[in-house]
Amino acid sequence: MADRKLRQTLFYLTATLLALFCLVPFFWMISTSLKTKGALISIPIQWIPQTVSVESYRKIFTFFEFDRVLLNSAFVSVGITLITLTSALMAAYVFAKIAFRGREIVFGLFLATMMVPGQVTIIPIFIVLKELHLLDTFTGLMLPSIFNAFAVFMLRQYIKTIHDDYLDAAFIDGATQATVFVRIIVPLSVPIIATLGIITFMGAWNDYFWPLVVLSDKAKMTLPLALSSLNGQYGSEYNTLMAGSLISMAPIIALYFFAQRWFQSGLQLGGIK
Amino acid sequence: MSGASRRAKWLTIILFLLPSLIGLAVFSIGPIGYSFLIGLTDWNGLNAWDLAAGTPNFIGMDNYAEIMSGEEFWRVLRNTMYFIVLYIPLILIFSILAAVLLNNKYRGIGAYRVLFFIPVLTSWVAGALIWKWLLSDDYGPVNAILAFVGIDGPAWLQDPHWAMPGIVFASIWKDMGFFALILLGGLQGINPDYYEAAQMDGAGMWKRLFRITLPLLSPILFFVIIISVINSFQLFPQVMIMTQDAGPYGATQAMVERIYKYAFKYYKMGYAASFSWILFVIILFFTVIQMRLQKRWVHYDG
Repeated sequence: MADRKLRQTLFYLTATLLALFCLVPFFWMISTSLKTKGALISIPIQWIPQTVSVESYRKIFTFFEFDRVLLNSAFVSVGITLITLTSALMAAYVFAKIAFRGREIVFGLFLATMMVPGQVTIIPIFIVLKELHLLDTFTGLMLPSIFNAFAVFMLRQYIKTIHDDYLDAAFIDGATQATVFVRIIVPLSVPIIATLGIITFMGAWNDYFWPLVVLSDKAKMTLPLALSSLNGQYGSEYNTLMAGSLISMAPIIALYFFAQRWFQSGLQLGGIK
Repeated sequence: MSGASRRAKWLTIILFLLPSLIGLAVFSIGPIGYSFLIGLTDWNGLNAWDLAAGTPNFIGMDNYAEIMSGEEFWRVLRNTMYFIVLYIPLILIFSILAAVLLNNKYRGIGAYRVLFFIPVLTSWVAGALIWKWLLSDDYGPVNAILAFVGIDGPAWLQDPHWAMPGIVFASIWKDMGFFALILLGGLQGINPDYYEAAQMDGAGMWKRLFRITLPLLSPILFFVIIISVINSFQLFPQVMIMTQDAGPYGATQAMVERIYKYAFKYYKMGYAASFSWILFVIILFFTVIQMRLQKRWVHYDG
């Protein structure tokens, strides 16, 4: 009995310490975002701002136009997610359900590309987009997502488990491949689509490297990019930087509370990669 | 199968594969070949290719030789090693601890799971900004806490010896929840009979941890280590945001950061492309180890 009590205390003690380690940085972010410029450099430091000010939030929306930055991020992330899923679903259906000569070779080629890290192809993709006059455009930013070997692989594994009987019955009723794809394959794959959709969206929302290479126009910047350029120019205005950081993560955290289980299964999938 | 239906079948195959195949050619296989070619040249990324006029110059393996013989490459490797040596033990301790805690049935466990997970959701840019501010020499809470217990904290990101440890702390905070999730999956796969048997034999908490949990978890632990090593070679937003221009005396220069700067800041595309192939070989090396051992290690018992 005493042993159980002790174990329980030990559990809550360590779990709370770890939770504090995770949370204190966020607390510091929120607290800083509500400070005046002068309070940033007060000694001793103010854990809680002595005077609460929303100046930094006003500045981030009026002067740095984060309303537009948020819209840019939303548009690009939704676009990348839709492009990835559509293209990968179509390919995955063929790889899972339509036998043809050379299928395994083509599929093997898809898988082989996963061995090469993105940094190797980034320079040539940059050049390709430059030739196509797509640098510094949203189209250029989103277009490379039409190829995603990982998504194709995951969707194929899932679609393979769908019984052929469903498809055969539909074909006997005269359904076309397109009908079967839209009416049977896609609805039955909803769990894996949601899982992949969530991690693709989150990856695009948080991505830094690729937008940094493609975009230079301030009006098109996504959140991570806008934050990093703010850091470059106003690197010591931490109240503004922290307000911007908070705004950048709020939508994802809100989404997490609605779709917790898809986030977790998605990241577990990502781990397999 | 009749000719018409065969044609229809191929049409379906081609139409459905088309977006991915175009993507494969234009954004993957094409660029892989092109990148290797660029790596053999002294191209600056700006001049149009005109092979007859010698633009760019094909210089064979010179870029690779230059990279490997330069001091910078070895400094980058040393920096990465420094990161790995600090990061791996810490991330293992923290994420195993978090996973073991989450593998309980106490009240409030769901809330802890959410809390551990929030850093994973945030972008690295935002996380790096927060940590840059946490680690501020004079006005940051980390040094304030250290001062409270009587330690005079270092200048962290401005100090060549402490910049990398600072980045390691931020990375532990950012990654713990992710690896805890992966490890939790492994823990939940362990057959509870083992623990019951151990309990009957009177094995204590530590004995159970070291004799049952960790050995049965070893394939996943190994996987976590390999992924961490590969990620360590790809440090980017952390060093870009937390230490501008990669830190004091290049103390936080990292591979991807170098590749980015050579390609898009110094306009040495050929050099940058070669650098990226060296990164590829390093990552491939660890991927192959992972795949080999995974095959040998398949005793996912329980």
